[in-house]
Amino acid sequence: MSHSEAEFTADSAWSGGGSPFAINSKKLGMWLFIVSDSLTFSALLIAYAYVRLASPNWPRPFELWPGIAKSSLMTLALLSSSLTMVMGVAAAHRGQRSRTVKYLWATIAFGVAFIVLHATEWVTLIHEGVTPWSNPWGAPLFGGTFFGLTGLHMLHVTIGVIYLAVMSWGYGSGRFEADDVEVSGLYWHFVDLVWMFIFPMIYLLSVNYKS
Amino acid sequence: MSAHPEALDTEAIEPLHVVGTTRLFVMVWVALLGLTVVEVGLAYERVPVNVMLTILIGLSLIKSALIISYFMHLRFERLGLFILLIPVMVFCISMMLLVFFPDSVRLMNMRPH
Repeated sequence: MSHSEAEFTADSAWSGGGSPFAINSKKLGMWLFIVSDSLTFSALLIAYAYVRLASPNWPRPFELWPGIAKSSLMTLALLSSSLTMVMGVAAAHRGQRSRTVKYLWATIAFGVAFIVLHATEWVTLIHEGVTPWSNPWGAPLFGGTFFGLTGLHMLHVTIGVIYLAVMSWGYGSGRFEADDVEVSGLYWHFVDLVWMFIFPMIYLLSVNYKS
Repeated sequence: MSAHPEALDTEAIEPLHVVGTTRLFVMVWVALLGLTVVEVGLAYERVPVNVMLTILIGLSLIKSALIISYFMHLRFERLGLFILLIPVMVFCISMMLLVFFPDSVRLMNMRPH
């Protein structure tokens, strides 16, 4: 490459010599994945909102205890996990490996707490007779939308917990860098973000006023 | 103009390590918790379900903006990344809403009373 070519490549961010967004390809890839996954969740949530508004006999099974209290605790767990995750990313960028691993494990603990609470919520509803195609209270689509949306989200949380465990091991042993922790953080925050829509739409829109 | 293109390349790819402070992150966390408490309180108000849905989605959009801006650091990235990601996503979601959603409200109004 001649000197003038090298200068052109370096000077123009769009000419292929550098990243126009000043981020590495892993981070850009994760952002693009997040955009595509957010469209998946959006489609499901919009479909849910459609049937929720169009069904006059939509069940309102969530009483203050256990439904709303548990789901609020789950929200607290995910929000707290996002705080520990962002602190972990900051520690990773400061090069504090041991502290980063501790923050990652705190995030994992909050994630596991979320999964356990959610599993008990599922068991409660299943014992009350809710299936994906029927329920004792009203519109049969309630079970399908509830299990479909929360199940897909719980799958994302489970994958996130595994991802963070691998990241914790890899970053602690020096196999991964701070940028890798940041990319895993993007995924985890996205999982938190999705719950910020599922919680009000699934739970709060179906509270039992009598409770 | 740099006489060292390699050095400039590294600079361009290197992420901007402006990631906020602990105080900022805790403030965002408290704001998110506060908005959640407001949502739970509002859920017990007896208003039409379409009004409640609109209010709750509005609050969720504020919460997601806080998460994306501060926890996901998009506020600290280049404007180009924001322009690449967010308008496209908003456009696609708006298309889903514009095409499908009015029908659900119309169905609700067509119910026999």
